[in-house]
Amino acid sequence: MWLGQDASGTVHVRPRDLPPNRGGLCAKGRTAAELLSPAHRLTTPLVRRAPGAPLEPATWDEALARVAERTVALRRDDGPDAVAVFGGGGLTNEKAYLLGKFARTVLGTSRIDYNGRFCMSSAAAAGTRAFGLDRGLPFPLEDLEGAGAVLLVGANPAETMPPFMRHLHRQREAGGALVVVDPRRTATAEEATLHLRPRVGTDLALACGLLHLAVAEGLTDDAYIARRTTGFHQARDSVAEFWPERVERITGVPVADQRRAVRLLAAAERAHVLTARGAEQHSKGTDTVTAFINLALALGLPGTPGSGYGCLTGQGNGQGGREHGQKADQLPGYRRLDDPAARAHVAAVWGVPEHTLPAPGPSAFELLDSLGTEGGPRGLLVLGSNPVVSAPHAGRVTDRLRALDLLVVADVVLSETARLADVVLPVAQWAEEDGTMTNLEGRVIRRRRLLPPPPGVRTDLEVLAALSRLLGHDRGFPSDPHAVFTELREASRGGPADYSGISYERIDAEHGVFWPCPSQEDGAGTPRMFTDAFAHADGRARFVPVEDRPLAEEPDDAYPVLLTTGRSAAHYQSGAQTRRVTSLTAREPEVYAEIHPDLAARHGLTDGGPVRLVSRRGTVRAVTRVVPAAPLDTVFVPFHWGGEGRVNSLTHAALDPVSRMPEFKACAVRLEPL
Amino acid sequence: MKHVVIVGNGMAGHRVATRVHAARPEWDVTVVGAEPHAAYNRVLLTNLLAGRPDAERLTLPWPDGLPAPLTGHRATAIDRAARSVVLADGRELRWDRLVLATGANPVLPPVKGLVSDDGHLHPDAVAFRTLDDCRRIADLASRRRRAIVLGGGLLGLEAARGLAARGLEVHVVHAMGHLMERQLDPGAGAALAGALAELGVTCWTGAQAARVLGGGRMRGLVLADGRHVPGDFLVVSCGARPDTQLAAAAGLTTARGVVVDDHLRTSAPDVYAVGDCAEHRGVAHGLVEPAWEQARIAAEALTDGDPGPGYTGSAPLTRLKAEGLDLAAMGDVEAEEAHPDAEVLHFSHSGRHVYQRIVVRGERVVGAVLLGDAAPAGPLSRLYLTGARIPLDRRLLLFPGLAAGAQDTEPSDAVVCRCAHVTAEAIRRSRSEGARDTADVARRTHATTGCGGCRSAVERLLTEG
Repeated sequence: MWLGQDASGTVHVRPRDLPPNRGGLCAKGRTAAELLSPAHRLTTPLVRRAPGAPLEPATWDEALARVAERTVALRRDDGPDAVAVFGGGGLTNEKAYLLGKFARTVLGTSRIDYNGRFCMSSAAAAGTRAFGLDRGLPFPLEDLEGAGAVLLVGANPAETMPPFMRHLHRQREAGGALVVVDPRRTATAEEATLHLRPRVGTDLALACGLLHLAVAEGLTDDAYIARRTTGFHQARDSVAEFWPERVERITGVPVADQRRAVRLLAAAERAHVLTARGAEQHSKGTDTVTAFINLALALGLPGTPGSGYGCLTGQGNGQGGREHGQKADQLPGYRRLDDPAARAHVAAVWGVPEHTLPAPGPSAFELLDSLGTEGGPRGLLVLGSNPVVSAPHAGRVTDRLRALDLLVVADVVLSETARLADVVLPVAQWAEEDGTMTNLEGRVIRRRRLLPPPPGVRTDLEVLAALSRLLGHDRGFPSDPHAVFTELREASRGGPADYSGISYERIDAEHGVFWPCPSQEDGAGTPRMFTDAFAHADGRARFVPVEDRPLAEEPDDAYPVLLTTGRSAAHYQSGAQTRRVTSLTAREPEVYAEIHPDLAARHGLTDGGPVRLVSRRGTVRAVTRVVPAAPLDTVFVPFHWGGEGRVNSLTHAALDPVSRMPEFKACAVRLEPL
Repeated sequence: MKHVVIVGNGMAGHRVATRVHAARPEWDVTVVGAEPHAAYNRVLLTNLLAGRPDAERLTLPWPDGLPAPLTGHRATAIDRAARSVVLADGRELRWDRLVLATGANPVLPPVKGLVSDDGHLHPDAVAFRTLDDCRRIADLASRRRRAIVLGGGLLGLEAARGLAARGLEVHVVHAMGHLMERQLDPGAGAALAGALAELGVTCWTGAQAARVLGGGRMRGLVLADGRHVPGDFLVVSCGARPDTQLAAAAGLTTARGVVVDDHLRTSAPDVYAVGDCAEHRGVAHGLVEPAWEQARIAAEALTDGDPGPGYTGSAPLTRLKAEGLDLAAMGDVEAEEAHPDAEVLHFSHSGRHVYQRIVVRGERVVGAVLLGDAAPAGPLSRLYLTGARIPLDRRLLLFPGLAAGAQDTEPSDAVVCRCAHVTAEAIRRSRSEGARDTADVARRTHATTGCGGCRSAVERLLTEG
């Protein structure tokens, strides 16, 4: 987007005609400047001077000294793992990088993870397993426009990423077919050539069924399979038990629609399979994505120019955020923390002995769940995240946060998590700081500073630099984003996500640069990955056989209705920012539950009236929204609200065994009129 | 470490073997299969007749580390005292736990000339049950022009549809008054016959086959009432009978099948029976879903796992697998005859061979047949199998998209641009304020600036009268 300031100093936002957005901008982007106003902002640090005391304004010196002193004390008593770090997928690459370095070298803690674990981790795990490397879209977005068919699984970009739809509109104008898999009749599904509506939690079975049909109807690309993959026979045998009539019984998707979907995909000269959170935020999310990748591989799509598999990013820097070391098991450059060569390289860049780098730590929910417990961390630093609203089984997570000796939250606004903190640090946001982000295509782009932060506000990098100094590290934590990026380039050199050839100047000159980019030559970069070889040692993609399984919590007599969660068009993530934007809040002022008219009538609920949703873990109060196109047995509630409207009070933390993704997308509830 | 022997390498035996291996990888599991093939998906055999997948693609996954099955070996006896199974080649397999998954044998009706005096089937007839049977039928179909399918049940009709798809002239000869009489009411049976006729399959109902025409080479069937049905070969599909031979000879309790309790235990200690050969609470199911459920529970029970409440039976549900022929049937579709409190929903459209009938009792689906449009079959079978309460608006059972389709015409508060949340009224207002094109509207309202999908709707509102 372009930003401009008028004579009065008010910032205006205007779309920029770059390929990813094609000149479009969603309402959240258009209104984002409103949050730059100090009226909505934290502009002074807050501290809680005694347990139970209210948060009170403080100087930066006092606030940072408190953090440093208590960090030192906790580390002295309980060792380096006593203090943990929780990051966010909205942080710039520079911040994500420096936060990981801060945790591993200043704190020496293994306890660092981030909210991206709740977002992209299943797709990342499945992509890495299949291709040897995960980049959301291993091809530029414009490739979608030439696709004869696109299969979109568990994604609602018409509401969550409207400019993306411009590519799909062009694709359909050119005669392409769009197949949408979603239990809900979403705005995106309304536009589909074919809408498959599996019951929530059955898309793994559906994917197995589609592969079964592709095999049974002889639609597989056997030359591609032989040349570019391994493991097809095991994957094929693993779907022998998913004949379409059985899949219909499991998923509710009519046999004829299953056939039509596979035929549309197979008939297209170029086709794409795309997944998003609907498929991924499950305790079987990695296997579900894998099953769709198996389908894509059987049809010969990944690594074939003009075709492919990809996953749609959820957060502003969802891609870059998972590459530079704020993940529990990871070092910069998308390196693995348990890889000796990776450790040696990064330790050398950081100037520390390799053995001082901690081992991989627990994943996001497990980390949050261990806070303040015997052997768990007693202090936590949170940047760019609001887990009180966004974590699963949020009531339990809130209790754990309350049990901490030290909770430090750096945020733009006083989020629900910040309200619990002992120290709140007011930090700068997008238009107030420089940096880079990596978009869903793996394209590294700039974020430019237009205006200074309000007085009293510091950048995250400045906070990390100051804390490092107070904790005895005078060097290695520059607060200048350009200096951090220069170091990030070195740390990533030779890694899977190699940024070493990317400079701010090149990003400006080339409208972004695609990683991996080991070369500094103009125009170098990798818009399309895997065209010659996949990233496994043998250059081949892997079919991985998967097994279907039920939801971690199926409905029963006491909790007979399925609940699924997601986004509303007007809000973003935990809503901490968008709920403070007037026009967005006017449009969606409070949490609502989308309920089929029949389900509503059975429970005595009326459109616009209140409803209480109860799960084994908590209760939510919402406004009933009677939606005729809703599934009969499933209620949808968006996750952008806290307090009584916090839907994550209901969700639970059954974790995916591979990605450690919680099952946000399904749990059992009952409805009660109020 | 225990030795487990599973007699039968069909879908039930295969499932027990994989489950036992998953639960107890260190145990020694031996599967004995009479057929020479790896375990395969029997459900898909009829697809093979339609000329679709090759045999390799029917193969069921065999886990790494589980010893390969002994295929092409027939078990001839169980020695209960020695705890062993004797194979035809004299080999003895010792077991600590034995599972019988011997399946079922096809029923051969008393038709003169079908079976010769020395017990051989007529050379142009195949009793349809196995992969080899299927290959023989496919071979006959490639050389002959007219097929007769004896038996108008699920399997017979799928076979008939498959053969018709190959371009053969197909006749189905069915002894009862209407097709699939165990699943369908007479109306559905008649509608099904009509749909089949359009696909090139002629159905003869109430037709008792009496005699095969032709000795060396078949020419057709003669019915008991004297009518002739033309045909060059015959597919016999008159049901199956549980294979209890091995169990009965060993002194196990058998009735129609090998009698088992809720944990699939037979009358002999450490001997289990699952699938088509088993009889549970007086029922031998003969469908794959019950067989898999039995296999799961038997595997739990014999590995000393948690079998839960055990097997309590399965609700009958069938789904015809034949392209162009959509049929789902479940439960008792004529339940209202015995239960006056039952509600019946009925929709039919004779012109398109659509026949749908759902019987409901106490807000639960107790029986249904959906023919011609099986779009509701998925949700309906779920309601039926889980016993969940049905919608207050019963029409949703027949037409799941009904509510979704009932959209009003564009009211003034209808949101035209979802991304910027702009209503039709707001666009009309900007037009009256002077907006002439979408760019004008975009400047005033931000409509069309997000995904751009509402552009045509905005243009329409700008030009409407």
